[in-house]
Amino acid sequence: MNKLVCAAAALALTVTVAEAATKVGMITTLSGGGAGLGIDVRDGFMLAIKQSGRDDIEVVIEDDQQKPDIAVQLSDKMIQSEKVDVLTGIIWSNLAMAVVPAATGQGVFYLSPNAGPSQLAGAGCSPLYFNVAWQNDNLHEAAGAWANQTGYQNSFILAPNYPAGKDALTGYKRMYEGGLAGELYTELGQTDYAAEIAQIRASGADSVFFFLPGGMGISFLKQYADSGVDLPVIGPAFSFDQGILQAVGAAALGVVNTSQWSKDIDNETNKAFVETFQAEYGRLPSLYASQGFDTANLLISALDKAEPADKEAFQAALEEADFSSTRGDFEFGPNHHPIQDIYAREVIQEGDVFTNKIIGVALEDHADAYAADCKM
Amino acid sequence: MIPERFLNALLLGGLLGVALLADWRDEPFTITLATRATILAIAATGLNLALGLGGLVSLGHAVFFGLGGYAMGILAFHAQTYAPVELGPLAIEGTTSMPLIWVTAIAVSSLAALVIGLLSLRTSGVYFIMITLAFGQMFFYFAVSWSAYGGEDGLSIYVRNGFPGLNTLDPIQFFSLCFVLLCLVLVLWSRLARSPFGLALNAARQVPARVETVGLDPKRLKLAAFVLSGAITGLAGALFADLNRFVSPSMFSWQLSGELIVLVILGGVARLCGPVAGAMLFVALEHWLGGLTEFWHVWLGAILLLIVLFAKGGLVGLLSGRPASHD
Amino acid sequence: MSAVLVIEQVLNGLQAGVMLFLMAAGLTLIFGVMGLINLAHGSLYMVGAFAAAAVSAATGSFLLGLVSALAAAALAGAVVEMLVIRRLYASDHLDQVLATFALILIFSEGTRWLYGSFPLYLDIPAWLSGPTRLPGGILYPTYRLALIAVGLVVALGLWVLIERTRLGIRIRAGENDREMIAALGVDISRLYTLIFALGAALAGLAGALVGAIQSVQVGMGEPVLILAFVVIVIGGIGSIRGAFVGALLVGLTDTLGGIFLPELFKFFTDPATAQSVGASLASMSIYILMSLVLIWRPTGLFGARA
Repeated sequence: MNKLVCAAAALALTVTVAEAATKVGMITTLSGGGAGLGIDVRDGFMLAIKQSGRDDIEVVIEDDQQKPDIAVQLSDKMIQSEKVDVLTGIIWSNLAMAVVPAATGQGVFYLSPNAGPSQLAGAGCSPLYFNVAWQNDNLHEAAGAWANQTGYQNSFILAPNYPAGKDALTGYKRMYEGGLAGELYTELGQTDYAAEIAQIRASGADSVFFFLPGGMGISFLKQYADSGVDLPVIGPAFSFDQGILQAVGAAALGVVNTSQWSKDIDNETNKAFVETFQAEYGRLPSLYASQGFDTANLLISALDKAEPADKEAFQAALEEADFSSTRGDFEFGPNHHPIQDIYAREVIQEGDVFTNKIIGVALEDHADAYAADCKM
Repeated sequence: MIPERFLNALLLGGLLGVALLADWRDEPFTITLATRATILAIAATGLNLALGLGGLVSLGHAVFFGLGGYAMGILAFHAQTYAPVELGPLAIEGTTSMPLIWVTAIAVSSLAALVIGLLSLRTSGVYFIMITLAFGQMFFYFAVSWSAYGGEDGLSIYVRNGFPGLNTLDPIQFFSLCFVLLCLVLVLWSRLARSPFGLALNAARQVPARVETVGLDPKRLKLAAFVLSGAITGLAGALFADLNRFVSPSMFSWQLSGELIVLVILGGVARLCGPVAGAMLFVALEHWLGGLTEFWHVWLGAILLLIVLFAKGGLVGLLSGRPASHD
Repeated sequence: MSAVLVIEQVLNGLQAGVMLFLMAAGLTLIFGVMGLINLAHGSLYMVGAFAAAAVSAATGSFLLGLVSALAAAALAGAVVEMLVIRRLYASDHLDQVLATFALILIFSEGTRWLYGSFPLYLDIPAWLSGPTRLPGGILYPTYRLALIAVGLVVALGLWVLIERTRLGIRIRAGENDREMIAALGVDISRLYTLIFALGAALAGLAGALVGAIQSVQVGMGEPVLILAFVVIVIGGIGSIRGAFVGALLVGLTDTLGGIFLPELFKFFTDPATAQSVGASLASMSIYILMSLVLIWRPTGLFGARA
């Protein structure tokens, strides 16, 4: 019973104050298989709110169960009943596509801490929509660029057979200049990659690029490491994040992955963030936690200058991005997506813990490919 | 104990009352929840036709729900982009008119039910459960990789489709529309259950051999029930898509098929308002338990277990004091 | 496409098949003897994987992990049987589907409650890691060879158990006529608990073995569960032999379909489309296989009763 009360308290973590000036709705994934990502975003976000010491921001947190229809329902609830000023929190692109256009259409600001589908960066962009993480293609583009810098000539590339997977391969190919030894689409949620690894072995490739988020990546890496194929592997940070790296273990050592954040980015904000996050929650922060943290700080910086009710002023305040990011330099492009450096990281072991170390910059001040289609 | 007829009135009245009260107190989200329960009740009533009257345990009814949803999604998508749906030489204009979408949804899902039913009814028992599941999985994987309509990401429709004379964007008006449809579907269901067709179907479920001796084909009876059942669930799918203004392959998932069965059993199999009770309870649990704890699935599971083990006949059976689901 | 690649893919299909058999054997046994559809079988697979991960992380021994996976899954199976499943034998399939669906919810979220939302770490032991060179110069992971061996040994063991032992006689008798063997003085409820625990242990073993090369996470059991159902339906519910044949068929179709269908489509269309169409058809292939089998033989390949 006690546990239940605790959980309830944690979920209803509403920093309620008599006259909360700003109401923020967070819809994120807190139950089911993808809960780890949502929990990190939430914890990063709430850490920043707590550190700011502001008591005029009320955050309402709800679990979307990674189901689009639930997410739509919750956003209706938050907009219609809770009358929130700002929405945030969604992890998955398909959920974002279900929620964001309707939310911005109803005049609510949306700050994306993770998903960045291409539609929302291009023709479907909105003055009220800001993406604090990345456009979906960015990390894959960086992987392609890093492959060029490393001198790979013949990549084997694979991703799940769904839109984000296709975007990933497109993103890689947009930057990558070498030839392709093979291109594979796997089943979504696939757990055994023996067949694909056999094809990689037979293909004569000199490198492997893969995008397999969550459990799929863990399975792939473990099986790849055990297969005796020793081609260098490169991928976006999603499969090498703090949360899942421990489950991959030594199989991930030495793998290069691209990310806009890393715990060893050298700036004061980041150092303090890593330290305080660890003190608060007893684990190392992840990419997602940093994105949640930055999102909250962006929001706070804008609230210092304007009220969400004054849409134009608040939009302008958000556009300035006048906060110190864990990534160092941070600015928005014309379509409200970040222009930022994307790093190449290598998986290393520090004592018992597997983590990442920056080994270079894959893309500098990188913007996304869709900005030109955005007419605000 | 409450007589079942009063209970039915109570349930429907309660559903309507909740929505009206919420409208009066200006709580649009509660209306959305009531609408969700109404639409799920329609879908489950469809299933209740196959499952309750025909004894066909279909673990693939999400196929029809999803087809209804995609019928809405695709037609509205083409209306948004002003490009007709190309079907070989045929070009169909997109539309945002609900009645047209409903007709399409019903047509497409009955056609699918006819084909799936024809093939699946060659089997029975557990094999039937599993072959319907297999069809569900086929549709699911097809939808996931069908990139023309969003694949896994699904399709967003920015504005709810229209119904002549109504503003469907107003929550209470859309609710009323769904509620009227639910009532119509329930009337149809109860008429069917008492019609010669329903009686023959009931007999075909219990002793197929006897039905055969009087010159009826039990398989054709079951097929007819399956097609009707699919059509109703398809209609619900179109409404559900309009409620969310969004369709995605998750409407085809086997978990959804499972949930539809849960709704029917929760409320009471082969009872007129069983699915209504089940849907109301499910939505309420989802909402309240979800608000209480992150791990609400554990409690949902426990409640389901208790109902199966100790409340045969579901909620309606429990309240009306008639535990047997079939008399 | 070289012969080496084809052989390697056949091995992969075989390995996937025997692991599926471990899952399917328990499922089909439980259905054959007790007439019960157990949707929660995938949860026992998950229990096995989590137990193995927890114990081998604590002790550093993979074998201890395997043993505890067997024990934990068998225990969970026995407890669930005595508390819940036992009351469902007399119910119709509908109640069984619902009750075991409820058990999935409880197991999955309960595990998340205990272990958190992040995947656990479970790796193959050092003495089985790395590839082995097979005749013909094929490099193949040693661990996967071991999986094939374990799967075949378990299949043989099951055959011996059912055909050659007293318990086996009782199990077969239970399949045929449960009233009669009860009348003959066999403690039927103990027999049922035992069979359920045995099936659970096999699922747990599969979970632990496969967990070492995949991701140990909540919900890992459901995809396998669906595949195992496909297997036993193809093989004929209740038939161990059917489960074995069905498992190999499904394993091979799934693996080879993913490779050859895209290649096949490359003859008709451009590579990118072929890749995508082939991949989607491949993911549907086992369900198509199952529907074809059922349309041809409505009670599966070796099934006797509906």
